[in-house]
Amino acid sequence: MSNKKLFISGDEAVAIGTKLSRPNVISAYPITPQTVTVERLSEMVESGELKAEYMHVESEHSAMSAAMGVSAVGARAFTATSSQGLLYMAEGLHYASGGRYPIVMMNANRSLALPWSIYGDQRDSLSLLDSGWIQVYVEDAQEALDMIIQAYKIAENKDVLTPFMINLDGFVLTHTYELVEIPEQEKVDEFLPPFQTPNKMSFEEPKNLAFSTTPADNLEYKYQQNRAMFNSINVINDVDKEFGDKFERYYGGMVQEYRCDDAEVVMLTLGSITGTVRMIVDKLRDEGKKVGLLKIRYMRPFPEKEIIKLAKNVKAIGVVEKDISFGYEGTVFTNVNSALSKIDNAPLSLNFLCGMGGRDVSKSDIYNMFISLFNAVKGEKQKRVQFINMGVETDE
Amino acid sequence: MNNTDIKRITPKNITDKEFFYGHKACAGCGGSIAVRLALKVLGERTFAVLPAGCMSAVGFIFPQMAFVNNAIISTFPGSASMASGVSVGARALGLKDYKTVVFAGDGGTADIGLQALSGAIDRNEDIIYVCYDNEAYMNTGIQKSGLTPFGTKTTTTPAGKNIHGAQSFKKNMFEIMAAHEIAYAATASIGYPQDYIDKINRAKHTKGTSFIHVYASCPTGWGIPTETTVQIAKEAVDSGLFYLAEYQNRKFKLNKNPKSFFSAKDYLLKQARFKHLTDDDINIIEQQRDEKWEYMREHWK
Amino acid sequence: MNRPKVQKYVRPKHIDDYPVGPQFTAGHLSETNAAWRTFRPIIDKDLCINCLRCYIVCPDGVIFKSENKVDVDYDYCKGCGVCAYECPVDAIKMVKEELL
Repeated sequence: MSNKKLFISGDEAVAIGTKLSRPNVISAYPITPQTVTVERLSEMVESGELKAEYMHVESEHSAMSAAMGVSAVGARAFTATSSQGLLYMAEGLHYASGGRYPIVMMNANRSLALPWSIYGDQRDSLSLLDSGWIQVYVEDAQEALDMIIQAYKIAENKDVLTPFMINLDGFVLTHTYELVEIPEQEKVDEFLPPFQTPNKMSFEEPKNLAFSTTPADNLEYKYQQNRAMFNSINVINDVDKEFGDKFERYYGGMVQEYRCDDAEVVMLTLGSITGTVRMIVDKLRDEGKKVGLLKIRYMRPFPEKEIIKLAKNVKAIGVVEKDISFGYEGTVFTNVNSALSKIDNAPLSLNFLCGMGGRDVSKSDIYNMFISLFNAVKGEKQKRVQFINMGVETDE
Repeated sequence: MNNTDIKRITPKNITDKEFFYGHKACAGCGGSIAVRLALKVLGERTFAVLPAGCMSAVGFIFPQMAFVNNAIISTFPGSASMASGVSVGARALGLKDYKTVVFAGDGGTADIGLQALSGAIDRNEDIIYVCYDNEAYMNTGIQKSGLTPFGTKTTTTPAGKNIHGAQSFKKNMFEIMAAHEIAYAATASIGYPQDYIDKINRAKHTKGTSFIHVYASCPTGWGIPTETTVQIAKEAVDSGLFYLAEYQNRKFKLNKNPKSFFSAKDYLLKQARFKHLTDDDINIIEQQRDEKWEYMREHWK
Repeated sequence: MNRPKVQKYVRPKHIDDYPVGPQFTAGHLSETNAAWRTFRPIIDKDLCINCLRCYIVCPDGVIFKSENKVDVDYDYCKGCGVCAYECPVDAIKMVKEELL
């Protein structure tokens, strides 16, 4: 029997993935382009299809605060946001990770004001890279749905107990319709056990939670939190395999390689742009060029080991990202270079900043990025950080 | 409000159990009286949520855990929403017969926590929100809050030649809560502990959101001897500068309507925070008081 | 047990000895507050009329009912003097610790 397939958007895929994960409580505040997710979840709660409480909180800050309250009594929480909303919960993001509350959140990657823009880029989540959340970036609606289910399994693992953020490129992914295979509830229930945590309040074992520490103990809790994030690497890889074995879809865990085996030039991507880069890799391979693609799936924990392994055999690495850390370079690029600095004879690396505020990135743009990398390999000087598709001259 | 349907809790029959114990609050802390008594009324099947503030700072210093019941510190703005999450999460898990209570200070309630509190009341969450009001940000060192009364000397409203302390008036939290048509709201004072116990008990038996604004003196911030903490909170009521009232079913009720007031001047000038007030300043305070009482006596029968 | 008592606390030696996340047993007290006290409340049980006013207004909850009278847990009394001040029959005296 073939599995059920639906023609749905990324936002709807997230809602279905959430429903299948059986959260106890959803607390969310609407923001474009996350809205369809919370609308669908509301409908599922209304119809009884999803047996959960839906909390109409008055802000994202409260969405996160409520989710922490839910988790603190041992119930499963879900929330979703985007952009300004993610920033408004910034305090709660650090609080949830420090508190070890394994909340799962969908973030629709969107530009940050000012200037205002509802279009996609990755400035929102990347500017909160240090908030202690596991961050995964998905490529399509199927992966979005599957990762919600995996997210709970990873976040709630007893050695992890760390909140989990699933990032989808705004509009390009949240609002694009695709044919998505819907896992059977029964199989999801087998895969994802009910939430259990020692870190909760109960009447059987009353606790004081989220306390303060003196300098005598603070570092130990931070160490523990950091260790949990590192623990998640193995769990991520194991869960990917277990999920694949059950649902026949493997994503590669921390990263996904494409035609990297004998590649000399590799493009590193994050999110939905991966699909376009994959097409260009095929085109260049047809032309006889030794190119490949490494899809960075997780930004935290960071796939340092995987990047180092790849980098040892290549001549040049390009990093495409919809982001900039003002006064420096792309955040992903900085992280990649940090990994490269740990090997001798590291490949050269170039940074392609694109797609910010919804600026179009075409196939020929990607093609030209590869050309720039080839030129760099040949010894021609290239700009290390390149703004793709500037509409005007900049005198640079 | 008719309390006859609820079994009254008195000093004789209140539980011997203590739920807020071994904390590090200053000697004579009024806020800790408010927290302690409320928990004795609410009992052990209570989740307490406390934002940043005195009571969380003194109650949760690892490994000294002063709450005997379940308790958690929330973010400063997020106490009402975290309590909502606790209450809803427990319900979703099928828990029965439990209460969720917030203990937040005046700043945590009237300033930074107001939005989340408003949202919780809008959803009519089954929570009790207790604002222990010591009239300034005491935990951070006595800075002005939205509930700091006119003329108060704080570390951010110094009393000098040009400006005599805080120039704004105390935000009217009780009526702001009532304007939400909240299930139950009340004001109380640790100077009238039985009245406060009755109101917590009423809130315990109220389905939906309750709000209790309890006047809770602070010897450290107010500049009074530690032993007078209960007496001063009583005098605040007796002088008419704080009132005891309830709101339920769209009706207000004054619980105490004295024929004459204890001297406001005496109440004020025995506190270091008001020592600088001139007769003109005190006249302004008394005039405000009298206008408020004229309104309440006419409308809150 | 109506009031928690101070417990012997052994500091963690290994990172795994810490609780997972900032959570700990409710009511776990690792130290007393007795050292805060300058004055000690002494209850004259002959004068005490057991009105329980002191019991209700104590900020630290250290006054407890005991054989129709009240007693004090001196491990946690901070000596604020509210009980003595509020006592309607002056049955509680605040006595300087060093004089005891």
